[in-house]
Amino acid sequence: MSNLNSLTHFWPELILTVTVLVAIIADLIYRKEDSFKVAWWVLGGLALTLFAVRMSGGALSGLFMGTIAMDPFANFFKVLVLISTTFVILMSFDSADLKGYRVGEYFSILAIMAFGLFLMASAIDVIMVYLAIEIVSIMSFFLAGYLKKNQSSNEASLKYVIYGAFSSGIMLYGLSLLFGLTGTTKFFEMREAIAQLGPDANLALILSAVFILVGFGYKISAVPFHFWTPDVYEGSPTTITAYLSVAPKAAGFAMLIRFFNQVFGDGAPLGSDAWTALNNVPWPQLVAVLAAATMTVGNLVAIQQSSVKRMLAYSSIAHAGYMMMALPLMTQSGVYGIMIYLLMYLFMNLGAFYVVIYVQGKIGGESFDDYNGLGWRMPFVAGVMTLFMVALTGLPPTAGFIGKFYIFAAVIEAGSQYYWLAFVGVVNSVISLYYYIRVVKHMYLSGDRSDSISMPTSNLTTVILIALAIPTFVFGWYFSDVADWIHNSLVIFQGM
Amino acid sequence: MASLSSYLLVGAVLFSLGLYGVVTRRNGVAVLMGVELILNAANVNFLAFARFGGMNMAGHVYALFVIVLAAAEAAVALAIIINIFNNFNTINVDEVSELKQ
Repeated sequence: MSNLNSLTHFWPELILTVTVLVAIIADLIYRKEDSFKVAWWVLGGLALTLFAVRMSGGALSGLFMGTIAMDPFANFFKVLVLISTTFVILMSFDSADLKGYRVGEYFSILAIMAFGLFLMASAIDVIMVYLAIEIVSIMSFFLAGYLKKNQSSNEASLKYVIYGAFSSGIMLYGLSLLFGLTGTTKFFEMREAIAQLGPDANLALILSAVFILVGFGYKISAVPFHFWTPDVYEGSPTTITAYLSVAPKAAGFAMLIRFFNQVFGDGAPLGSDAWTALNNVPWPQLVAVLAAATMTVGNLVAIQQSSVKRMLAYSSIAHAGYMMMALPLMTQSGVYGIMIYLLMYLFMNLGAFYVVIYVQGKIGGESFDDYNGLGWRMPFVAGVMTLFMVALTGLPPTAGFIGKFYIFAAVIEAGSQYYWLAFVGVVNSVISLYYYIRVVKHMYLSGDRSDSISMPTSNLTTVILIALAIPTFVFGWYFSDVADWIHNSLVIFQGM
Repeated sequence: MASLSSYLLVGAVLFSLGLYGVVTRRNGVAVLMGVELILNAANVNFLAFARFGGMNMAGHVYALFVIVLAAAEAAVALAIIINIFNNFNTINVDEVSELKQ
């Protein structure tokens, strides 16, 4: 589709762009103490964008001369991004970290990041892939280091910028090799060109695939590209930690699925021969080993943490591992499992981080000991925290169980060569029970029983907690509508 | 007459030097220079492929995009490093370690 025609299908992104501009101008108008009001402009823009995404329907097309795909698959991830951005903006009102800073640009940068994530979810051209990844990365560097006077935040942004620039550079080199092999930048043309390559090209092809995997692995924080995650997650403002652990990960998975399905696949929409172009390497097994390593490392290190925030950072690595279990399959049910897991994970993880933000604001700490006796002092907050912890473990009747169930079902369904992977996944879920329940133990069994009960003072806090807790609980036993929606979103644009 | 493989060799050497720089340097700015080398290695590849492969303009366009994004990234990274220097009085990436390892 030509550039001008494409604009008429590009409403969600255009609205987001206008939102960013409005937010920047609004930031100039408000005084420093009023700068939180910029958030409402951004929230309004996000609501309009959500409406536009829902309206854009299921028309499949390649916009802007075939660089951006419009399909239900991308729309699903756009909705995920919008939901998480909205929650993170609302959560920022309570953040103790941001007190004393001018926050107008914080909200506009969040909106730019959402725009980048939209592109990540729908890129079908390697130029757009790199562009989208860089938009998201550069904005996350800003946000990780937003607390200019805070040393931890500084350090987080330094580590992030070094790892981020390095891994996207390696990915770019891999993409340049792939461009040389295929002579094109479009996913579908690449697939056709790869199919015609002789065996001589195998080494270069594998090399480029490995380099590209570095870039994707960094975005979804897969082992062994996860080293930045704990430090960045711990040092960043907690609201940003929550955002980084959900939205870029979702978009990273979308991009990874689309790229490997379309460039290295056989052209069938999510068939079983997803890795045909690379059949000289045991590629699916390699990804399966990475998945097993990711969840095991994440879980084993999470056990040793004394800070709840850092524990959640490692646990988010483990969750990326669970989702990666379904990647080597590249089947319809595997991708379905990843999508449903991402949706469930969004609510429970944002919820857990929000409680961390809240406790940080009230008690001033984020270590396990700060949670002692929380169950008696703040019964409501401790109650929802318990729910989020149970859901993150993956126990019924919570949303976490449904997510895990679909992933494991897809892995088992793929055949006996993946049984070991499912086994590792189950063992890891049991390990994760230890450190999630440790939070609950500290809240209810440790510390003094206090008689004074404090409920959340602001209505907004209560509303956010309830809005995150209800899906976490309800999707555990009523999810047919969500399942239908995701099922309809499984349509990936497959070329002109 | 220079051939495609000599350009690719230059690219590969640049890439390796960049990799070496990122891994061994402890000065924040030097690490960034390593990253720039990696990006330029990719650029050399793109342009060489576009020139010798008889391909369309995509390679040139890609290189232009990379240059712009590398500039943006360098700007942000240098701003972060200046801020680090203000708070820590050093830009050695090993000494900047408040957070638990």
